[in-house]
Amino acid sequence: MNPGSVPAKFKVRIDADQCMLCERCVENCPYGTYRREGEHISVDSRRCVACHRCVAMCPRDSITIEEKPVDYRSHPLWTRESREAIYNQARTGRIVLAGMGNASDLPIIFDRLLLDACQVTNPSIDPLREPMELRTYIGKKPRKLDLRKKRNGDIELKTRLHPNLRLNTPIMIGHMSYGAISLNAQLSMARAVASEGTFMGTGEGGLHPALREFQDNMIVQVASGRFGVDIDYLERGAAIEIKIGQGAKPGIGGHLPGEKIDPDISQTRMIPERSDAISPAPHHDIYSIEDLKQLVHSLKEATEWKKPVFVKIAAVHNVAAIASGIARSSADAVVIDGFRGGTGAAPRVFRDHVGIPIEAAIAAVDQKLRSQGIRNEVSIIASGGIRDAAEVTKAIALGADAIYIGTAALIAMGCRVCGTCYRGLCPWGIATQNSSLTRRLNPDVEWQHVANLIRGWTLEISELMGAAGINSIESLRGNRDRLRGYLLDEAMMNILDVQPVGA
Amino acid sequence: MCGIISVVDRSRSGMDGSSIKNALSLMDERGSGEGAGYAAYGVYPDFADYYAIHLFFNNLVEPKGAVDEILRAWGKIEHEEEIPTVEQPDLRRTRIPWRYFFKPDPTLMPGSDTPEEDIIMMLVMKINTSIQGALVFSSGKNIGVFKASGWPEAVADFYQIDQYEGYIWLAHNRYPTNTPGWWGGAHPFNLLDWSVIHNGEITSYGTNRRYIESFGYRCTMFTDTEVVAYLCDLLSRRHGLPRELMVRAFAPPFWDEIDRMKKPEMELNHAIRQTYGSALMNGPFAIVVATADGIVGFTDRIKLRPLIAAEAGDRLYIASEEAAIRRMESSLDHVWMPQAGEPVIGRVQS
Amino acid sequence: MENELVINAEGMHYTPLNKAIRSAVAKGTEKIRIEHVLGQRFIADGLKGRVKITVHGTPGGDLGMFMSGPSIEVFGNCDHAPGNTMDGGEIIIHGSAGDATAHSMRGGLVMVRDDIGYRGGIHMKEYGDHRPVLIIGGNACAFLGEYMAGGLVLVLGSGEKRVLPNRGIGSGIHGGLIIIRGDVPDQTLGVGAKKSRATEEEKRLIDPYIRRYAAVYGRDPKPLLDDEYTIITPSSGRPFANKYTWE
Repeated sequence: MNPGSVPAKFKVRIDADQCMLCERCVENCPYGTYRREGEHISVDSRRCVACHRCVAMCPRDSITIEEKPVDYRSHPLWTRESREAIYNQARTGRIVLAGMGNASDLPIIFDRLLLDACQVTNPSIDPLREPMELRTYIGKKPRKLDLRKKRNGDIELKTRLHPNLRLNTPIMIGHMSYGAISLNAQLSMARAVASEGTFMGTGEGGLHPALREFQDNMIVQVASGRFGVDIDYLERGAAIEIKIGQGAKPGIGGHLPGEKIDPDISQTRMIPERSDAISPAPHHDIYSIEDLKQLVHSLKEATEWKKPVFVKIAAVHNVAAIASGIARSSADAVVIDGFRGGTGAAPRVFRDHVGIPIEAAIAAVDQKLRSQGIRNEVSIIASGGIRDAAEVTKAIALGADAIYIGTAALIAMGCRVCGTCYRGLCPWGIATQNSSLTRRLNPDVEWQHVANLIRGWTLEISELMGAAGINSIESLRGNRDRLRGYLLDEAMMNILDVQPVGA
Repeated sequence: MCGIISVVDRSRSGMDGSSIKNALSLMDERGSGEGAGYAAYGVYPDFADYYAIHLFFNNLVEPKGAVDEILRAWGKIEHEEEIPTVEQPDLRRTRIPWRYFFKPDPTLMPGSDTPEEDIIMMLVMKINTSIQGALVFSSGKNIGVFKASGWPEAVADFYQIDQYEGYIWLAHNRYPTNTPGWWGGAHPFNLLDWSVIHNGEITSYGTNRRYIESFGYRCTMFTDTEVVAYLCDLLSRRHGLPRELMVRAFAPPFWDEIDRMKKPEMELNHAIRQTYGSALMNGPFAIVVATADGIVGFTDRIKLRPLIAAEAGDRLYIASEEAAIRRMESSLDHVWMPQAGEPVIGRVQS
Repeated sequence: MENELVINAEGMHYTPLNKAIRSAVAKGTEKIRIEHVLGQRFIADGLKGRVKITVHGTPGGDLGMFMSGPSIEVFGNCDHAPGNTMDGGEIIIHGSAGDATAHSMRGGLVMVRDDIGYRGGIHMKEYGDHRPVLIIGGNACAFLGEYMAGGLVLVLGSGEKRVLPNRGIGSGIHGGLIIIRGDVPDQTLGVGAKKSRATEEEKRLIDPYIRRYAAVYGRDPKPLLDDEYTIITPSSGRPFANKYTWE
């Protein structure tokens, strides 16, 4: 068996009548799909990953890419993917890695939840003209206020508020490290969140000096590898996030291959050049929930209790109980990352088979925290495959305070979700450290695209809220009465605590 | 739509229910004949130290037996009777209104600062969620709620509210929207000392309900107004917020207004919104809540429902329409329209 | 008085009341005096003609809705939306009025001696020589002139205490004018509204309305005429054009 024995994934064709031999496809494809041969462009379709860089750059629209031109004899059980994984492992005896989020054909719960709107019995609010408040505070809130009446009759507030992040929109950008993505990609997102009054995560890759001007809008991450973590880093962040796990690969660590550790990344992460950056599966100072409390307290002590500390976990079966334990650790927010969360590379068996949908996880966590009377003690940030403003709105109605986007922000900068991030040759300059490729991503242009995306979604959330007669986002949060389930089974509706359509 | 009217006599002089009935009927255009009700404070002077527990029974067999049993387990029933009623041609009797005068045994709720109230609250939640065919709709001391499905005149005459004298009255003329017009769904809603009448619809109900239920309350009446009574009980009785700040939590200033405030006020408003964001009520509403020491009326933050206040001597009136107030008192000292979210407070003299 | 009908409205439903008004107008009655009004809605709803009506008491909502031609003078406070979608004629109120006063008004005059509630003049619009005018002698509340597409709203603020709408003045305004005595803080302007100090020429525009107000309610026009005014107009005919994109 040789590599050529499985069919090519894509068939690339160039319309010779259209092509003007400008060779932009040749220059733009880092995978070597195109070659100039005399008076035509020759194509090696087997190299193509369908990243669409050539399609975007071709001035004549001459390129056609067809998926699965030669497929296998169809079989409902033995899919192409299952067969090819076997060929691959028979050849290598290794773990199959894959990019992006869960690729299984499982129902998307968000698609089966429908939002409400006002008719007659209450007026919809026009967000064009009437006040619409999306301002969100992330962090611990008091359970009740302690007030004293002064002798002159004035009310004195005795309660001290905990540090919170103030967001102008409930949309943040999650953690994608420098290393996993390029500095230009991080710079674009950082400028975007600063302009829109929200936040982004640094990922477990330290904070590059070029990002310091945006540090007031950045959440620094402490993960199991502790890359780039020192007191200066902790002090620079607006908040600190402890990463326990991520939705794309719950229960396992991460691995940035040595070939990506160039001098700059080596400096930011504080590790030697060209050696692998390995994040262990667990934090080796957290083997139990009480150890998590130790780390939260230690981070707070180090930063003088001035910054909120978040804890990020993958949405797994017992997510509600785990989140409740986190809430009691004095963490200020729990981040739940659903099983559709993206990643540069994850073992396929994890990506597609471990974890649960974010919709159910939000509902379960919110319910558990409420039943224990500690929902106000902690904010809920949800992430994992959130694709549009409607999903943000639904996530908040299920009980989230705010959401993280990841892949959506990358798409705003050009990513075509080809899922080939692990090759390090991202033709869009995102998931690569190759300077000839990262140059393609101009932060002075791309920040605007990311900012536009956040702004556009924020406008849409305002419209959805206004239509539901709600002018303040806290009245959307956990308002599951404004959701209906369509073709969801009864057990799922019980978990989500939503009524079926028509009820 | 719905019509609301309330009055407090700050000198605690009693008023019988006849004039508020007339005022409420003036707003029949706001109702649909599917629900009306009255709440009066000071109506049971002979039993002033007992909790007056008003219930609807579907029948007097199983549900009443179960209620008797649970009440006896938690305290003493001083007196009980069917609430006197007179049949009305246009009011179909589908429930039996009953009242108990009850004293809970505080020793049964150790560790509570307010054991009597906590027992009553627990009993109300328990009866309403677990005893089929019994529904507590009034549970305060010296307070009576009288409500049913029907027009205001018929409900008033059914209960003969002109026979009761109270120093605070609340009245409500219902046009049910999202839930059926049934006896339990009529206003006022009451829990302990709190009674609520409400015009509008609370679009944040799901948020408010989930919030309040995490403090042990259970919403059983299929309507958004119920949650207001529980929120008042939580914020005011259990968390000790003064009336003004309780209303501030329900209908807070906008963030841009808070940002412009001076420091101590800004911090206080910040704290209220951050702490009680889930108690914020959205959507159109005009609400009057009453306790034994007075009434508070307020509207939503962008004033989507009408509310008028007026004074005449010791009496403060709050209603949906000025005409309804004038039906009770034609010569008013002062009539005004409260600002959105701004509470109108009428306290009885202590 | 000759040709004057007096109606005692005590305890009367609005339908027979309006029937009595209509039949009197049909018979050529020129003046109608309605006494003991208490809560009756829709008085003169859709009424046409040139009749003069005085209302004594406290009418219910939607007074003069769809009205086209008659003059109504109210001695008392009005409820919700007097002049709602009114076409022509006049409503003169000796007192205050509720929320949504002059809602969607298309022509004629509504004049209020004292205050009005929220969303006064909301969605007023003009077309051709139909140009509605709302004059408020006292104060107005938030969202004044919201969605306004034409006509004139004039706030004289001449009550004991001048209280301006605290937000949303002219929010979404895309036609017409709002003129308010004195300065108006920027933060109270709604989206799509802009303000400037009224010029002498613009002040001349409101001169006859101030004089009329002063004459009707027996006030001295001079201090009102001499004061400064702020004029609020649309910043653009399409203030929200940048909000949308095609799929």
